[in-house]
Amino acid sequence: MKRHLRPLGLALAAAGALAAPAVKAQTEEVKKGGTAIIQMKGEQRILNPALRASTGVYYITGKIIEPLIDLSYDGYVPVLATEWSSSEDGLHITLKLREGVNWHDGEPFTCDDVSFTAMNMWKELLNYSSSLQAALESVDCPDPHTAVFNYSKPMPLQLFVAAMPDLGHPVPKHLYEGTDIMQNPHNTAPVGTGPFKFVEYERGQYVIAERNDDYWRGEEYPYLDRIVWRFIEDPSAAAAAIEAGEVHESGFIGISLADIARLSDDDRFDVGTKGYENNVAHSTIEFNHRNPILADLKVRQAMYHGLDIDYAIETIMRGFAKPGRGLIPSAGGVNYTDDVTTYDYDPELAKQMLDEAGYPVKDDGFRFKLRHRPAPWGEYTQLWSEYFKQAMAEIDIDVELLQNDAPGFLTGVYRDHDFDTANGWHQFRSDPAVSTTVWLRSGQPAGSPWTNQFGWQDDEVDQLIDDAASELDPAKRAEMYHELQKQSMDKLPVIFAIEHPFISVTSKVLKNHHNTPRWNSSSWYDLWIDQ
Amino acid sequence: MSFGLPPVLAYALRRLLQAVPVIILIMVATFLLLKLAPGDTVDALVGDMGGADAAYIARMRAEYGLDQPVWVQLWRYMAKLATFDLGWSFVYEQPVSVVLMDRLGTTLMLMAASLSLAFTLGIALGAIAARKAYSLTDNLISTLGLVFYATPSFFLSLLFIYLFSVKLGWLPVGGIKTIAGFYTGWDHVVDVALHLIMPTAALSLIYLSFYMRLMRATVLEVADLDFVRTARAKGAGEFRLMIHHIMRNALLPVITLLGLQFSTVLGGSVVVETIFTLPGLGQLASQSVVQRDMNTLMGIIFLCSIIVVVVNFLTDVLYARLDSRIELA
Repeated sequence: MKRHLRPLGLALAAAGALAAPAVKAQTEEVKKGGTAIIQMKGEQRILNPALRASTGVYYITGKIIEPLIDLSYDGYVPVLATEWSSSEDGLHITLKLREGVNWHDGEPFTCDDVSFTAMNMWKELLNYSSSLQAALESVDCPDPHTAVFNYSKPMPLQLFVAAMPDLGHPVPKHLYEGTDIMQNPHNTAPVGTGPFKFVEYERGQYVIAERNDDYWRGEEYPYLDRIVWRFIEDPSAAAAAIEAGEVHESGFIGISLADIARLSDDDRFDVGTKGYENNVAHSTIEFNHRNPILADLKVRQAMYHGLDIDYAIETIMRGFAKPGRGLIPSAGGVNYTDDVTTYDYDPELAKQMLDEAGYPVKDDGFRFKLRHRPAPWGEYTQLWSEYFKQAMAEIDIDVELLQNDAPGFLTGVYRDHDFDTANGWHQFRSDPAVSTTVWLRSGQPAGSPWTNQFGWQDDEVDQLIDDAASELDPAKRAEMYHELQKQSMDKLPVIFAIEHPFISVTSKVLKNHHNTPRWNSSSWYDLWIDQ
Repeated sequence: MSFGLPPVLAYALRRLLQAVPVIILIMVATFLLLKLAPGDTVDALVGDMGGADAAYIARMRAEYGLDQPVWVQLWRYMAKLATFDLGWSFVYEQPVSVVLMDRLGTTLMLMAASLSLAFTLGIALGAIAARKAYSLTDNLISTLGLVFYATPSFFLSLLFIYLFSVKLGWLPVGGIKTIAGFYTGWDHVVDVALHLIMPTAALSLIYLSFYMRLMRATVLEVADLDFVRTARAKGAGEFRLMIHHIMRNALLPVITLLGLQFSTVLGGSVVVETIFTLPGLGQLASQSVVQRDMNTLMGIIFLCSIIVVVVNFLTDVLYARLDSRIELA
């Protein structure tokens, strides 16, 4: 007997509450042809989603290299895999693969490609996936269009499927086998099965992909002739390019929040968070529990009471966010609960709790001093750190901001543990076991960013994390994650303060945009341009 | 010792030999300074990726040789450099020499255009201001010079973009060419020129003000010297006096400044290339610092050191050509 799990409905309606004004259903007649020009803030350099799990990579490669399974507003949908099922013991997951699909170089897509990519890249080289697929022992191909994933310990089908849109992109075996995978030229000139074929990557400037006339969804698709991704690092210049009509979309908060707010009032653009329901992130306050002051739960609770989250959402995130409710964001669907302890903004209560914890105000006007590292992940993480300093000053805690660039932040916080508090954001990836529970699981090796490097350990939480990762019953699994979420709010190892999706500014000449919960990472086969 | 070589060649050889230890010193110091910065290429890559597990990070670090002691890394790098092998960029997954050559053309084009504009307009306006000293024209030119001098290039860049791209729609916002425009021949040349107008103006105006102010001061000084008075007494016309007597002598300090400023223009191009998304060495340098792409950054510094040495040598030669009292010894 096998467990079947398709379609897996997600409670995305809840996430939809975050969405900005919905894009109107498109009823106009589709126009074919044209070039969509997209602004990217950072250059990705490696264009292989089987080696780099990053939304920045999918933003480009999602149109060229397709995943086995994707996510729509109706749940998980077949792409290169048409069916999926699991053995009763969870040790074997079987995928039926789509027939009649060709790689862009004309070779047929088969199970050999899936098997090769899974064993050589997903298991060995792909960030996050190498932990997820650690128990993967082999991928058998009983016929060219059936793939059987064999595990040494149970792999929940729910987790496997949820991971596939991000961590399940096969690449052509015939172009990688026998080569040095990390230095294979196709890592920067990708070959996939998607609606668009890679044409050119001009370093520092742009990537171009053009229509795949042999696309498996039929001759009708894709509608566009071409997509161009332009790398524009400076947010002001990017905003100018959008206003001047040189760019059609800026995603992942590619321009300043002030410009986003300004362009919200411009009739030429759709501005909002729709299409990012699966790409939500938490803005965090991270504690170094090696500091005895911060190891005191009462101090951490008091600091949470000192933060006016609603104010921060309105002034920093311009309303495009909502308060966090612990480890798992609302995009977690069935695994999410909001039945958790919350900490209202109450500075007087915070002061009282700090007094009770044994930290009265001293002669210098402060109770204690904290060295705080803000992540340099853009404007709002910087603003969030400045707000944190300001809010802590109100409850008489002195915060010194230690400015650093990305490698400096990652080293300072996650390797050297040279901080008292830090703030950044971390993206949720469909299932808590993919990259979220590592925030609380103890025993993470030093130097592994966005994991529990906080010197915090809790046996009950560790056990819950391990059990949930291999629980095959989705209902029991959900219960475990609800409990985990409650514990994360009670024990406060980290404050998951604000839950926010990303924001896009999109020219209204683009049609059918942001119509899936991970739209910027998806294939855009049905995107068209009204020009 | 000239080994029987012509003076210019002997001088070039000597300058080259002097430059070698300077460049070695620059490279070693830069390497060590970069190593002092927190984090490395793998940290930056992992940050870009949104995270990775510890085993993955350790494997990447071993593959890039970053698990070795600093002195081992330095020795390996310098040994390769001695054979002009600039190494491999782990960020771009290409040889550094290929990455640099891709970018060099844009930067040289931007620098040549900016310095030519700044130099020619600067000396012309400086000479005019000096000849009409303390007049309305002089005041106007000097005030403009002060404004250019005091306006940062990033501000000018954004101002130009707002005015000429967003409001007037005359010029492209950025890039070096129209993407997917597929222009060839003269159309391509015109397209690139259009893309370079705003960056060139933004980069050159501050240098224009330097040359203008210096030229004004030196022309005023030279015009008062005895040989000018003598030439005028012998009946030389004002134009001839200006071109052959005053400007030729007044240009000497300006040319010195030109040589010195070559390296600072390279620095200034970082900001301008970033704002206008020009794929040049400046933008590459800025990204390489953030990415901790040591090999690429070292390659840029190596290339720039050589360019500065060559330009200084050419400045000296030009200096000697303009002033016969100076010998290349």
